[in-house]
Amino acid sequence: MSAELPPGVPAPPTGPGALERHLRQRRDAGAKLLVPYVTGGLGADWVDAVRAAADAGADAVEVGIPFSDPVMDGPVIQQASDQALHAGATPVSVLESLRRADVGVPLVVMTYYNLCFHMGHERFAASLAEAGVRAAILPDLPLEEVGPWAGAADAAGVETVLLAAPTAPDERLPRICTRARGFVYAVGLLGVTGERAELAESATVIAARLKAVTDKPVLIGVGVSNAEQAVQACAVADGVVVGSAVVRRLLEGEGPEGVAAFLRGIRHALDATS
Amino acid sequence: MSLPEPSIDGRFGEFGGRFVPETLVPACQELEEAFRHAWADPAFHDELDALLRDYAGRPSPLTECHRLSEALGVRVLLKREDLNHTGSHKINNVLGQALLARRMGKTRLVAETGAGQHGVATATAAALLGLECLVYMGEVDMERQALNVFRMRLLGAEVRPAVTGSRTLKDAINEAMRDWVATVGGTHYCLGSVMGPHPYPWMVRELHTVIGTEARAQCEALLGGAPDVVTACVGGGSNAIGIFSGFVGTPAELVGVEPAGGAAIARGVPGVVHGSKSFLLQDEFGQVNEAHSISAGLDYPGIGPEHSHLATIGRARYVSVTDAEVVEAFQLLSRTEGIIPALEPAHALAWIARDRASLAGRTVLVNLSGRGDKDVAQMMDVLG
Repeated sequence: MSAELPPGVPAPPTGPGALERHLRQRRDAGAKLLVPYVTGGLGADWVDAVRAAADAGADAVEVGIPFSDPVMDGPVIQQASDQALHAGATPVSVLESLRRADVGVPLVVMTYYNLCFHMGHERFAASLAEAGVRAAILPDLPLEEVGPWAGAADAAGVETVLLAAPTAPDERLPRICTRARGFVYAVGLLGVTGERAELAESATVIAARLKAVTDKPVLIGVGVSNAEQAVQACAVADGVVVGSAVVRRLLEGEGPEGVAAFLRGIRHALDATS
Repeated sequence: MSLPEPSIDGRFGEFGGRFVPETLVPACQELEEAFRHAWADPAFHDELDALLRDYAGRPSPLTECHRLSEALGVRVLLKREDLNHTGSHKINNVLGQALLARRMGKTRLVAETGAGQHGVATATAAALLGLECLVYMGEVDMERQALNVFRMRLLGAEVRPAVTGSRTLKDAINEAMRDWVATVGGTHYCLGSVMGPHPYPWMVRELHTVIGTEARAQCEALLGGAPDVVTACVGGGSNAIGIFSGFVGTPAELVGVEPAGGAAIARGVPGVVHGSKSFLLQDEFGQVNEAHSISAGLDYPGIGPEHSHLATIGRARYVSVTDAEVVEAFQLLSRTEGIIPALEPAHALAWIARDRASLAGRTVLVNLSGRGDKDVAQMMDVLG
């Protein structure tokens, strides 16, 4: 079960920990990390959108495998998931597309646990590795339940990113950080994914709490909607995950070009601060 | 002997657990702790028992169905949860959870509802205790259960439609969980069945054991022992687990009845949705299938984890009946006993009617989990 690099992926070192090492290198070189999210199977050109995101300066791209019951997602990603499912997207089709995609930055899959459980931990981990996917985020698989999957993922060289929420007591954060691979996903607010008018105060608070207990990359996601908010988040965090703001542009027909233009704006704003 | 507590990680055998977004883990832990304390506190039981007696009207009677028994050749007893305040067993659970919410300092209840019975019960408990209440209900269900929507609003609750997916119970649960993720500090999620993340399957079961405890004593008085069979309808499975709990230590056969279009045990495989691992209707990739049932309360692709466990170890068995069989049973009980059942417990009656040959001469206790008033408008359309 070796993790084969998709053609064209340059710098990231191979083997377990590749995503984390890649993000650390970028961070240590002074960059703020930008990880956009694209719903797999959304429209005929979703792989182009992934590539466009990478070309626009993403440090990694998160790809959602749509699930029927996305409880951690707000209206935009729900709608995108519904559309992708109606268009026939499956875990197999999304991963097959990623395997053939020539993206140039590490790929992270975000989906819900039942798709992984249904396929079987070992098979799912192997499928990700074979598709060149570096890491997985399963937002309904908290620390207490993650063990069996994370073990299989480790064995296959797939990094399991864990979420840390503002509700976590202090004693919980180091345990999450220890088990997390790739990066630690700081949940920016109490709520589901979606754009917000302002960056929640809780975003930088949770990021600071995490930075105090780990040197793994800490990225704020959920409620990071534009360049200004990304800059605010990165005053404390190592980077941001931007999902709904990207997916809304795809739903509104802006296509890969629209995504690229939006992300270039964030990239420039982040680079201007570092 | 009664049903045992789940393991420390919330498992009934291999089923259950706590598969929730990280944001909700501390809330689930806090709830488990609070319930454990309350359930061990005589003062909490005193308060709950007083409400169940003086407000909900417990104990509910046990009714022997003479004419139905004669018609079927099976001795049928009904545990009359339909006679509780708000018209179903749901009140047992919500009174307990509302008291618990208040004890935890929460000022707002959020709930999901299918047929509207749990929503009405939650709105009722919220009104009684002065709590704010928001109920999510699938858009499809709001249409077929318009009366209950009005009832909830009359009780001061807000009813918000779930407009995604199948727009039924499963989607209402998704919305309620999303709400809880955003409001977890001051809100208690008043989940309506023995499902969801630990401690819900255990806590909701405990709050419904009153059904089984009463029924066990009533059967002792009437029969001098347990009936041959105890049966109940199963969506998530709260009324079934409530009555099973009183008879799991007896020789009685336990039979759960699912709708044919939502038969998680018969046609599902283990999966994880809404916080726990259990049998689940899903496609070849693990996408959750939509259930289809005439009864909004059973229109659910999953089943509570303890039922999956009871099925796996063989202590209970699960069967399914069709919508047409349910409609027959709905009319049969109305005509023979003067009791209009809800469509949900009509499933259990439908199973007895269909299997009456093999049940001949035996005594069957049915949990009549709710009354049929809410279904009358829908049945007017069905029966023309």
